[in-house]
Amino acid sequence: MLRLFGLLGEKTLNSLGRLGRGTQFLLRALVGVPALVLRPGLVVQQLYAIGVLSLLIIVVSGTFVGMVLALQGYNTLVNFGAEQSLGVLVALSLLRELGPVVTALLFAGRAGSALTAEIGLMKTTEQLSGMEMMAVDPIKRVIAPRLLAGFLSMPLLAAIFSFLGIMGAYVVSAFALGVDEGSFWSQMQAAVDFREDVLNGVIKSLVFGFVASWIAVYEGCDATPTSEGVSRATTRTVVHTSLAVLGLDFVLTAVMFG
Amino acid sequence: MAKQRIIEIWVGIFVAAGFAALFGLAMQVSNIPVFQTTQGYDVHLRFDNVGGLRVRAPVTMAGVRIGRVKSIELDPARYDAVVTITIEERFDRIPEDTSAAIYTSGLLGEQYIALDPGGTDWFLEPGDEIALTQSALVLERLIGRFLTSMGESDD
Repeated sequence: MLRLFGLLGEKTLNSLGRLGRGTQFLLRALVGVPALVLRPGLVVQQLYAIGVLSLLIIVVSGTFVGMVLALQGYNTLVNFGAEQSLGVLVALSLLRELGPVVTALLFAGRAGSALTAEIGLMKTTEQLSGMEMMAVDPIKRVIAPRLLAGFLSMPLLAAIFSFLGIMGAYVVSAFALGVDEGSFWSQMQAAVDFREDVLNGVIKSLVFGFVASWIAVYEGCDATPTSEGVSRATTRTVVHTSLAVLGLDFVLTAVMFG
Repeated sequence: MAKQRIIEIWVGIFVAAGFAALFGLAMQVSNIPVFQTTQGYDVHLRFDNVGGLRVRAPVTMAGVRIGRVKSIELDPARYDAVVTITIEERFDRIPEDTSAAIYTSGLLGEQYIALDPGGTDWFLEPGDEIALTQSALVLERLIGRFLTSMGESDD
């Protein structure tokens, strides 16, 4: 019994310690962000690695998620003769939930894991300590640009995802399902509010972008400097980011639309 | 250096596509309140019961939208609802004895205010009050009345 409590306490202290170190690390990295104004090249490079290279998966999955939503929604709505509301259904579910959340999950798999592996390998091969030897702060040179680029990329990726999803749904419903395209758009425009739906979705994806890149870079720096450690850290990034995104999504939804 | 240039171009395309998507969502998908705050004049309506009427619900005349509901408040002195609507500037020749009613679009749709034009030569001014109003139909109340009248006719 005593051992059980001991184990529980140890686990709790461990995770609290990780959280504390993560926060400390985040604060140090955030201090380095303003200095990036002087070196925009670093951020551009990371925007390419994080944002542009994630475009393909975002474009493809966004379009297909929208098309599937249209097909599935049509099957239910047509029973009530309400297939004109298909646009509303697709637009609201994409803008409020699927856009930010699915983008964040794909981001964790595509960009977050790459970030962790890259930084973890830099640590393993002692490039980070090498930088410190040359009086270059690795947090400012390596971590801060990646954090900022992740934070900036996520809302843009989510917007592209939602937009293409709605376009995919439009193509399917107008050309394959025979929904009247005029009422598809007009009902959507009547129901979707810019501030309530579009902006709240953007806020969600900003939060997810922040959390996802924070977890990715922290796990990279925290990795045990062995090949096994790096692989574990990469897995942890994907798992923790997904859990954090889903949990935060519930909280944000409750606050925004509750 | 050429590679750096290509990276920059790609990032430029990415950022532009992101903002274009956001812009497209704003213009095509939603109705932006920034551009759609109805410019016009306010008129007050008094209802006994507004039912499920909401702020920003449409105000129509002959089925055409001419404005939106701006606010819904309770008059603490008279215990009735004061609905303020904004009518677009170009519809400034609405007779003073116009009547208003709350209807539901479709069977389960949202509620809106329909204005029925009157016949006087006096037109509504900003801040005027429309006196002739018909409240929203509350289904439960209607059924209750129907049941009581059924009970009475049986006796």
